[in-house]
Amino acid sequence: MSFLVEMWQFLRFRKKFWLLPILVMMVLFGGLIVLSQGSAIAPFIYTLF
Amino acid sequence: MTAILGISAFYHDSAAAIVVDGTLVAAAQEERFTRKKHDAGYPFHAIEYVLGEAGLGLGDVDHIAFYDKPFLKFERLLETYVSYAPRGLKSFRMAMPVWLREKLFQKDLLSRELRRHDPEFRPGNKLMFSEHHFSHAASAFFPSPFEEAVVLTLDGVGEWATTTLAIGRGKDLKIEKEIHFPHSIGLLYSAFTYYTGFKVNSGEYKVMGLAPYGTPRFKDVILENLIDLKDDGSFRLDMQYFNYAVGLTMTNQRFSDLFGEPVRQPEKDPLTQFHMDIAASVQAVTEEIVLRLTRSAAQEYGIENLCMAGGVALNCVANGHILRDGAFKDIWVQPAAGDAGGAVGAALAAWHTELKNERQSTSPSDKMQGSYLGPAFAQDDIEQRLTAIGAKFETFETDGMITEAATALVDGKALGWFQGRMEFGPRALGGRSIIGDPRSPSMQKTLNLKVKYRESFRPFAPSVLREDVNDWFQLDYDSPYMLLVADVQEKLRRTMTSEEMQLFGIDKLNVVRSDIPAVTHVDYSARVQTVHAETNPLYHALISEFKQRTGCPVLVNTSFNVRGEPIVCTPEDAFRCFMGTDLDMLVVGRCILRKPDQDQALKQDYKEAFELD
Repeated sequence: MSFLVEMWQFLRFRKKFWLLPILVMMVLFGGLIVLSQGSAIAPFIYTLF
Repeated sequence: MTAILGISAFYHDSAAAIVVDGTLVAAAQEERFTRKKHDAGYPFHAIEYVLGEAGLGLGDVDHIAFYDKPFLKFERLLETYVSYAPRGLKSFRMAMPVWLREKLFQKDLLSRELRRHDPEFRPGNKLMFSEHHFSHAASAFFPSPFEEAVVLTLDGVGEWATTTLAIGRGKDLKIEKEIHFPHSIGLLYSAFTYYTGFKVNSGEYKVMGLAPYGTPRFKDVILENLIDLKDDGSFRLDMQYFNYAVGLTMTNQRFSDLFGEPVRQPEKDPLTQFHMDIAASVQAVTEEIVLRLTRSAAQEYGIENLCMAGGVALNCVANGHILRDGAFKDIWVQPAAGDAGGAVGAALAAWHTELKNERQSTSPSDKMQGSYLGPAFAQDDIEQRLTAIGAKFETFETDGMITEAATALVDGKALGWFQGRMEFGPRALGGRSIIGDPRSPSMQKTLNLKVKYRESFRPFAPSVLREDVNDWFQLDYDSPYMLLVADVQEKLRRTMTSEEMQLFGIDKLNVVRSDIPAVTHVDYSARVQTVHAETNPLYHALISEFKQRTGCPVLVNTSFNVRGEPIVCTPEDAFRCFMGTDLDMLVVGRCILRKPDQDQALKQDYKEAFELD
């Protein structure tokens, strides 16, 4: 929880709110990659690009 | 009492430092304890050591300063990936899991790791994060002997900054200008390190050592194509030629096409004159950039002193040029200029900048204590440790030990020299050194091939008594950290015959070029360490004894390790290295070990024991 508060404070201080949606998206993709632990999810990601 | 623990970790060269009431008490790199070169892990052993040296437990520490800001670094990564998307997917896939698992949660990770020292420890508000380049700038200015200085930090990249210019006055340190990623001198140099087939982040000094064998025939190609360099030293790289922003290599095909040869594969492609010319060219460009930066800073701020840190500040050839250029009257370079030094910088930044404590400059000497900030071993302890591992040794009084060691040196033997506290930073400065007679024409080759097991082109550095430096080198300045390159005095040089002049590259190395050939590079330059009686009395006494016998106040000094091995830390490490190489004698404290006396069964195949750097 403190992590989210600090991340929010960081975005506010740096005035980089535009990073938030990208961050969420990347965390989601990153999360998928972490969960997949390898290349199983890769074809799915490639199709998105 | 206020104790501040500085930590640098998780990228390369992890380290810890402790500052008590503004005094730097101890600092050490994790690699020395784990025996893993450039160890990037949490510096558990280094922290245990610095706390022990200060006589403190983690609970006694008031502040813990980490050397960079992970969120800011993550911001840079994200923005870089976004700006290059969809290129960089492969790199993104490799980077994100590490970030999402660990690096983004570095505060929690640090707290967890810190509890390994003391399960009761609660970080509360004790954890602080300093910006990467501010840590470098703090490590360069606060321990320096100057009251006021321009502070230049140059490295690959921190969070965003790659080059910063700061002004330090008393306890105040303020960054005035920055150049941001991807435009970086450090990464430009690393790109050429990669291109010439050396390891990025560790092979840069090999490129520097290779440069004098070549001619800078590609300097204009680099300046015209790769970099837009302004008069004031500010610059931008043409990213069409580089791949490091999002790829897994430093350079791309366009880069190779520009120079006309592919990236050298270290296992199969030999080093040729082409690679030497490339090394000479990037070295010349680096010097050009650094000199423009220092000249414009000196002119703009009118300050006489310059402090430097960051990996590029380890480029002692460029440092020598800055000194001779004269734009600044005095220069001081942090001996642990790389990321390890960030631990010192972060702790000192917390003391002076965050806690606003006054600072006294200590002109003419600095506050690094000769950089002898690591572990030392008492004579009793040394004897017990050596006995336990089966070493055969003789113990002398201090004078007798110096006499024995000097006799061996005069006889042309290569010695392991282990005395007092271990050095902090990449250079061995007479605490954990391999030493020899610089007058011997075969010493360079012997040390490279039989002791250090490293490439034969690499030069060795001289240790010279401070009071004699100007008689032997074109330098009359303190260089206690081996961070200034100067030429051997002309009267000591030997003119090469026209036949020898025709030799190219490495063949030239075997030509005796001066009265001290083992430390004279092919261009007559030498990476000088001045030895001071105040900071290393034993080493000073040894060189003085050698001088008395031979008239030469110079020794060859190279780090006590083999290629790919961290510098030795303990007497046991020293004994293993001694038994694994062709060293003739080992001096540990007042103990002397001779190779023929040792149990031959303790010999080991040391050459293959470490991954090559």
